[in-house]
Amino acid sequence: MRRHLSSAALVLLAAGCNSPAADGDQSPAASAAPAVPAALATFERYDAAAVPGGPGPGKRYALGTAASTSVIARWNTDVGAQGTELPPGKGSVGEGSALYTSLCASCHGVGGVGGIAPNPPLVGRDSSAEGFRFARDPQLTKTIGNYWPYATTLFDYIKRAMPLATPGSLTDSQVYALTAYLLAANQVIADTTTLDADALRAVRMPYRDRFVRDDRTGGPGVR
Amino acid sequence: MRVESNAPQGDGHHEGHNGDREDNLHGAPNDRSASEHAVAPDGLTDARGTSVSRRVLLTGAAGVAAGALVSVLPGAAVGQGGTSAGASTPPPAPSRVPADPGSMLGAPTSAQGMRAAAVNPARVPVGAVSGSSRSPLGELTGTITPSDLHFERHHAGVPALDAATHRLVIHGLVDRPMEFSVDDIRRLPQVSRTYFIECSGNGRAPFKSPKPETTAQAAAGMTSNTEWTGVPLATLFREVGVKREASWFLAEGADACHMTRSVPVEKGWEDAMVVWAQNGEPLRPAQGYPLRLLLPGWEGNINLKWLRRLELGTQPWMTRWETSVYTDPLLGDTARQFSFVIDAKSVITSPSFPDVIGTRGWRPVTGLAWSGRGRIARVEVSTDGGASWHDAELSGTPQPKAHVRFQYMWNWRGEEALLLSRATDETGQVQPTRTALIDVRGPGTDYHFNAIVGWRVQPDGAVFYHGTT
Repeated sequence: MRRHLSSAALVLLAAGCNSPAADGDQSPAASAAPAVPAALATFERYDAAAVPGGPGPGKRYALGTAASTSVIARWNTDVGAQGTELPPGKGSVGEGSALYTSLCASCHGVGGVGGIAPNPPLVGRDSSAEGFRFARDPQLTKTIGNYWPYATTLFDYIKRAMPLATPGSLTDSQVYALTAYLLAANQVIADTTTLDADALRAVRMPYRDRFVRDDRTGGPGVR
Repeated sequence: MRVESNAPQGDGHHEGHNGDREDNLHGAPNDRSASEHAVAPDGLTDARGTSVSRRVLLTGAAGVAAGALVSVLPGAAVGQGGTSAGASTPPPAPSRVPADPGSMLGAPTSAQGMRAAAVNPARVPVGAVSGSSRSPLGELTGTITPSDLHFERHHAGVPALDAATHRLVIHGLVDRPMEFSVDDIRRLPQVSRTYFIECSGNGRAPFKSPKPETTAQAAAGMTSNTEWTGVPLATLFREVGVKREASWFLAEGADACHMTRSVPVEKGWEDAMVVWAQNGEPLRPAQGYPLRLLLPGWEGNINLKWLRRLELGTQPWMTRWETSVYTDPLLGDTARQFSFVIDAKSVITSPSFPDVIGTRGWRPVTGLAWSGRGRIARVEVSTDGGASWHDAELSGTPQPKAHVRFQYMWNWRGEEALLLSRATDETGQVQPTRTALIDVRGPGTDYHFNAIVGWRVQPDGAVFYHGTT
C-alpha cells in the first residue's frame, strides 16, 4: 500500500510536516499511540525535502550522479530464481568434477560429503532425510539436493562467493561446470549433463515447493 | 563476584552448505587457566567469602576455559571479563589500586578513552573467516550497547573499505538509476534512531542443548541495541524515483561473499534506513563501514553491511541466504522462508551465570526485552519457575524495535529459586516456553529462538542457566 501513494498524496502529507521537527507525522492514525510519537518509528510519510531549509515538499535534493550502464553492469551479476540473467557459457559434470577436486574439496571434502569443520556437506541424498522432515529430526543433514529450492541460484552463489578466499575468480563456464557437478552429485541431473543457461533454467530442484512464506503475524499464540 | 566464562556455547550460526557452521567451533577462548583463577591473582581476596573459588573450580572442572579477576571492591558485583585470544585489545595488566589514590597525581588526559583497568567486558569471537561474536550482556547495563561490544556476524570476513571511494548504486525499476558516494548520503537530511539488531540464530545452542554453565552472553548475546544515524531509505527511494511496480529490492554487500538479500519494497518505505554512524561515530568496520542497510526489527543478517547496491524488481531473488540458510523448518515438512521479523523476547541479565550471589536480601532481577513488531508492552518475572508471575518495571518508555530494560526487586532469603522473564509486545505476542516452541515448530526448528529462559539460584548463591521451560 505504501508504495502506491501518489506523488500528489506525498506532497499533501509532507505539507503537514513543516513543524520544526520536520519529520513529525501529524496524521490521526499516528497520534493513536500517545506515549511515543509514531512519526519516530516510520518514514512512510517522511519527506526529507520538507526539512527546514530544504528544497520543499515533494522536491528532490538531486545529490549523487547518474549511474552509467557500465557502473551498473560491474556489480549487477545476480541470477534469480527464474534464471533470466544467466550469462553465456557452458560446463559439463566431468569438467566440474575436476574443478571441484582442485578448488573445492579442500574445504568441502572429497565428493562434497563434508570437509574441514565447520563446513557441512554439500552433497547427500540420505534416504532418511528425504521427505523434508527437517523440523521433526534435528539430526538430518541439509544438502543442496534436499534443501535448495532453485538450481539457478546455485550458479549465483558460486559465482559471487566462491572460492571463499578468491571470489570472482571463476569464469562463467567454470561456474556452470561446478553447478553441474554439484547437481549431479546430488542426483538432480544425470552425470552426462552439460549445463548452459537454457539447461540450467530447466532444472527443477526436488523440494522447491516445500519453501513457504512466513505466516507469523504477531498477536497471541505461537506459530 | 563474577567469573567470566568463555564457554564455547556455539549460538553462532548454523548454515547449511558452505563453511559457516561455527556453532561447533571453539573460539580459542581464554589464556588464563582455571587453576590460575583459583589462586586469586594478585593475592587479592574476595570480600564476601569463599564461594568464588568453589565456583571457579567448578567451571574449570567442567572443562570450560574461564577467565577471572577478583574484585577488590567490597560488596560490589563488578563485572570482570575474560578476554579472548582474538580480541582486538589485550587484557590490561592486573591493576593495583594505591592505598590512597588521592595522595598522588592522577593520569593525564588522553586522545581516546579507555575502560577502567578492572573492567574488561569482551565479546567471544568464534570462527575466523565466517564468524560471530556475542555481546557480553551480563556485564552491560542500561539499554545501549557500546559500539565495540555490539555483536558481530559476518559470512566472509570484515572487508577493508574506503569511504572515499565506496559507492551505493540504486538501479532496476527506478526512474533515475543513481550512484551515491558516502559523502552524497551524508549531505542528505539525517535521522537518528535507536534499534536492536538480533541474529535469528541467537541462542541456538542453549535452545537445542541447554547446559547449566551458560552465560547471558552465550544464551542471548547476539542481540545488541544502539543509536543509528543515516538517511531513511524512503529518501533515497524518492531521489531515484522508485517505480510503482517495484515490489522487492535486492540489497548487496561489498564483502567477499557479496551477500545478497531480497527485501519487500514496503519495508523500504516504512522504516528502513541507510546508516553511516552508530552511537555518534562512523560505523565500525565490523558493523558495515561505511554504509549499512538497517531494517528495524528484522533478523540480523538482512541488515546488510558494507552496502553497495540496491536493485528494484518485482519478485524475490531467492538468494542462498534466503533459501538454503535463514529458513525455518516446520512440522508439516515445509520450511518458512522470509521469516524477517524478530519475535517478542526477553532475557534476565542479572543475576546470571556465573554469578554467585554472596549476600541475602534485596537485589534487582534485571534484563532486556525486545520485539521486532514494535514496543514491549509488558515484562513479567517469576522467581518460582513460572508458578507465579509479577509485572516488572520497564525502565523509561519502551521504544519500538528497541531493547527496553526491566527490573523486579527480589528479596532473596537463601532459598532455591528459578528466575524467569516473559515479555509481551504491543501486538499481544507473549514469549512462549521452549516446549511450546518445539510443539509448534518441531525439534529441528533452526532460527528465531525466543523461548522463555532463566536462571536457577542455588541455596549457596550459585546461579546456573535454565533453558528447559
